Amino acid sequence: MLRQIGKRLATAIPSLIGVIIVTFVLTRVLPGDAASYFAGPAATPEAIAEVRHKLGLDLSLPQQFVRYVADLVHGDLGNSLTTGQPVINDIAARLPASAELTLIGLLLAMAIAVPLGILAAVRQGSIIDHACRIVATAGVSLPVFFTGLLLIYVFYFLLGWAPSPLGRLDVFYTPPPQVTGFYLIDSLIARDFALFRACLAPLVLPAVTLAIFSLAPIARITRASMLAVLASDFVRTARASGLAPYRVIITYAFRNAMLPVVTTLGMVFSFLLGANVLVEKVFAWPGIGSYAVEALIASDYAPVQGFVLAMAILYVLLNLTIDLLYGLIDPRVRIEA
Amino acid sequence: MKRREFLKSMTAMAAGTALPAAPAVWSPAKAQSRQETLLIVSESGPNNLDIHGVGANVPGYEASWNCYDRLISHEMKTVNGTPYYDRDKFKMELADDMKLGDMSVTFKLKKNAVFQDGTPVTAKDVKWSLDRAVTVGGFPTFQMGAGSLTKPEQFVVVDDHTVRVDFLRKDRLTIPDLAVIVPCVINSELVKKHATDKDPWGLEYTKQNTAGSGAYKVANWTAGTQVILERNDAWTGGPLPKVKRIIWRMVPSAGNRRALLERGDADISYDLPNKDFVELKGAGKLNIVSTPYSNGIQYIGMNVKNPPFNNLKVRQAVAYAIPYQKIMDAVLFGLGKPLFGASADDKTEVAWPQPHKFVTDIAKAKQLMAEAGYANGFETTISFDLGFAGVNEPICVLTQESLAQIGIKTTINKIPGANWRTELNKKVLPLYTNVFSGWLDYPEYFFIWCYHGKNSIFNTMSYQSKDMDALIDGASLAAASGDTATYDKDVKGFVDLAYEDMPRVPLYQPYVNVAMQKNITGYQYWFHRRLDYRALVKG
Repeated sequence: MLRQIGKRLATAIPSLIGVIIVTFVLTRVLPGDAASYFAGPAATPEAIAEVRHKLGLDLSLPQQFVRYVADLVHGDLGNSLTTGQPVINDIAARLPASAELTLIGLLLAMAIAVPLGILAAVRQGSIIDHACRIVATAGVSLPVFFTGLLLIYVFYFLLGWAPSPLGRLDVFYTPPPQVTGFYLIDSLIARDFALFRACLAPLVLPAVTLAIFSLAPIARITRASMLAVLASDFVRTARASGLAPYRVIITYAFRNAMLPVVTTLGMVFSFLLGANVLVEKVFAWPGIGSYAVEALIASDYAPVQGFVLAMAILYVLLNLTIDLLYGLIDPRVRIEA
Repeated sequence: MKRREFLKSMTAMAAGTALPAAPAVWSPAKAQSRQETLLIVSESGPNNLDIHGVGANVPGYEASWNCYDRLISHEMKTVNGTPYYDRDKFKMELADDMKLGDMSVTFKLKKNAVFQDGTPVTAKDVKWSLDRAVTVGGFPTFQMGAGSLTKPEQFVVVDDHTVRVDFLRKDRLTIPDLAVIVPCVINSELVKKHATDKDPWGLEYTKQNTAGSGAYKVANWTAGTQVILERNDAWTGGPLPKVKRIIWRMVPSAGNRRALLERGDADISYDLPNKDFVELKGAGKLNIVSTPYSNGIQYIGMNVKNPPFNNLKVRQAVAYAIPYQKIMDAVLFGLGKPLFGASADDKTEVAWPQPHKFVTDIAKAKQLMAEAGYANGFETTISFDLGFAGVNEPICVLTQESLAQIGIKTTINKIPGANWRTELNKKVLPLYTNVFSGWLDYPEYFFIWCYHGKNSIFNTMSYQSKDMDALIDGASLAAASGDTATYDKDVKGFVDLAYEDMPRVPLYQPYVNVAMQKNITGYQYWFHRRLDYRALVKG
C-alpha cells in the first residue's frame, strides 16, 4: 500500500509544478501595482520606484520566477505585504483555523444530512422525503453571508446566547499552547476545559452556517445513491431472506451506497475550505480564505501564490485519502497510479 | 488496516462524538481586567508597527503614534465640544525645552526619559532616528521633506541631552513637521543589534517589535487578527494614561462592528458606514463624535490637459451640474461639511477648505455647454477607487445621472484599490472622484501638492498655471518670513483662482466618525485621524 501511496504522490508532482507556474503568471497578469499600493498615500514616483526595487518587482518576469522558485525550494514562500509576515507563518496560523471550522461544519452537516438522506430514500415520497428536499433547496439557496448575518442577528444581537462574533476566541482568553493549531484539540491537550468551552462557543454559529450550506449536496447524494442500491437485487434478496430492516438498510445498503457519499464529502470539504471566505469575513474568523482574498485585493502576490500552492497540496492529499478510503469501504476498488 | 476494523473504528468514533462535551468549568471572572481594558474594533489592522517600514499602512501609523514619542507634540483645544489638536501650540514630549533660533532649533531632552527596555533616551538616539527618517526612502522621507528636513547633516548632537536641528531654508512647516508621526524617537542601540548589512536601519526588527519610549508597547500582534498593547508605566512623555491594556481586534464586517458596539461588547469603532453612524446617533445609546477632516476634501477632478475638460466652460458646466445636496443627503446622510453654495457676496477667507459658489443649476450648465460648443454633449468615463466604494460609488452614480441631463454620457469606471494610485499617476483619467487631505493644516501645503505646476501625484488634474504657482510660492515665502499681509493676499488669491479655473470641484469636507460607549471619554481629534490611546478613559 505504501508503494501505491508513493506512486500516487509522484504523479501529483507535475500538477504541482503546473500550479506554481500558472499562479505565478496569473498573479503577474492581474491589474494592479503592489508597489504603488504599498508606497503609501503620499508617494512620489521615486518613492514608488524605490518600493518596487525593494520588493524585487523591477526585475524581469523570468528573473522574478527564478527567484521565486529558488526561495520556494528553501521553504520560503515570500512575505505578505498586507500582514507584514512571512507567508508560511500566516498560512501555518490560518490554515488550522479554517480547517477546524470546516471540519466541525462538515461533521455537523454529515450528522444531519446522512440520516436525512437515508430516511428520504427509504421512505421515498413521504413527508421526510419532502422535508429533505426543502432543507436541501433552502440550504443551497441561502447565501452563507446571509445565513451568517441572520444567525448573528438572532442569536447574538437579539437573544444574546452566542458569544460576540470576534473570531476564534473571546478577547480575554489566551489561545492554548500550539500543538496542532486546532484550538479544540490544543485546549484538550492542555487539559484546560474552561478554555475548551471558550474555544467551542465561537465555533458554533459559523459551523452551523457552513453546515446549512453543505447539507444539500450530502443529503441529495446520500438519497440518490441509497435509492439506486435499495433497488438492486442483493437488497431484495436480503429482504426476502427475512433480515431485519435495520440490517438491510445500514449493513447492506448503506455500506454499498457510501462510495459516492465519500466522494461528495471530499469535494464539499475542499470546496468549503477555500470558499468559506464569506463566513470568515462575517465572523471575523482568521482563516485562509479571507487572507487570500485580502491579498488579492491588494495585488499582494506572495500570499496568493502561497494560498494556491497550499490548496493544491491539500487537494492532492485529500484525493489520496479518499482513494484510500474507497479501498477500505469496498475491497473491489484498488488504487491505480 | 483491515476494512472491517476500519469500519468498526469509524462507528466507534461516531459514537464518541455523540457523547456530551466535557463538563464546563468556568474560569475566574475577568471583570477586573475588562474594566482596565479597552476593546477597539476596526476593519483592518497594521502590517507594520513602524511607520518607517516599507509599505507601512495607515493602521500601522496608529501603532507608531502610541508606542513612540516625538520631541514635541501638539496641545489640545476644543472645537465643537471635541478636544482637537492645536495646530499652532506645541507641547514638549521627549524634549524638555525648545529654543527656536533664526536658522535652527535646539531641543533639550528630558533627563529622566527612558526607553521601554530601561535605557535612557539620549541625543544620539534622536539623531539616529531622524537620520533614519530622512534616509530610508519612501513615505517617511517624503514627509520629512515636506518640512524641508532632507539631510542627516541637519541633525546635530550638541551633548548627551541636547539636539540641534539646522534649517535648510526658512520654512514655516519645519517645526510642525517635527510633531507628525514620522520623526519618532527609536531606541537606536536596541535596533542596531538587529540591523544587518542588507537592512542597516533594522526595519525588519521594528516591523514586528516596538522599540520606543512611548506610552504603550505592543505585547502581542497577530497580523490581520489583533494587536494587544500594554501601558508603559515608566512613560515620561505626559501624564500616565488611564487605560492599562488596549485590545484592537479586526472585524471585517461593518454590521458586526455595529452589533458589537450596540451590545456593549466593543468600546470603540471608527470605521462604520455613514448610515450606521447616523442611526447610532439617533438611537442615543452611544457617544458619536463627528469631526471634519482637517485640510481634507472629497472632490470631482477633471483632466485639464486633454479635451473636453481643457475647456473652462465645460468645467464650469460640470460644476453647475453636480447634484451637491443629493450627495450630502443620500450618500453622506449629512455627515460632511458642504463645500458648495457660498452666497454671492461671501468674501474669500484666509482658510482652506472653504466653500465655492457653485450650486446645482442644470439650465446654466446646459447654456455653458452650448457656449463651449458641446451643445450635443460628449461621452467620457467617471472613475473611482473601489477601496472606498461605500461613498465613491453612489457619488459617481448620482453625478452620472446629473451629467446625463446636460448631454455628458458617462460610463462608470471602477478601479480596484491596488490599481488606483497607478491610474492616478498616469494622469489620464478624464473625470473622477477622490479625497485628499494633508497632515499639516496649512492652505499653502494643500495647494503645493494639489495645484502647483511642479505636478505632484496629487495634482491629479495636471493643472498648470504660472499665476497659481506664483501665488502659492508667494504664500510659502511670506509664511516663512512672517509677512501676514502678503500671506493673506496670496492665500485668498490662490483660492479664488482655483475656484475660477475649477480644475477640481470640491464637494465636501468628510467627517471622521467615532462611535464609543457612554463610559468612554477623552477622545481627541488628531491630524492623522487615528486614535490616541493615551488620553482615553474608561469610566
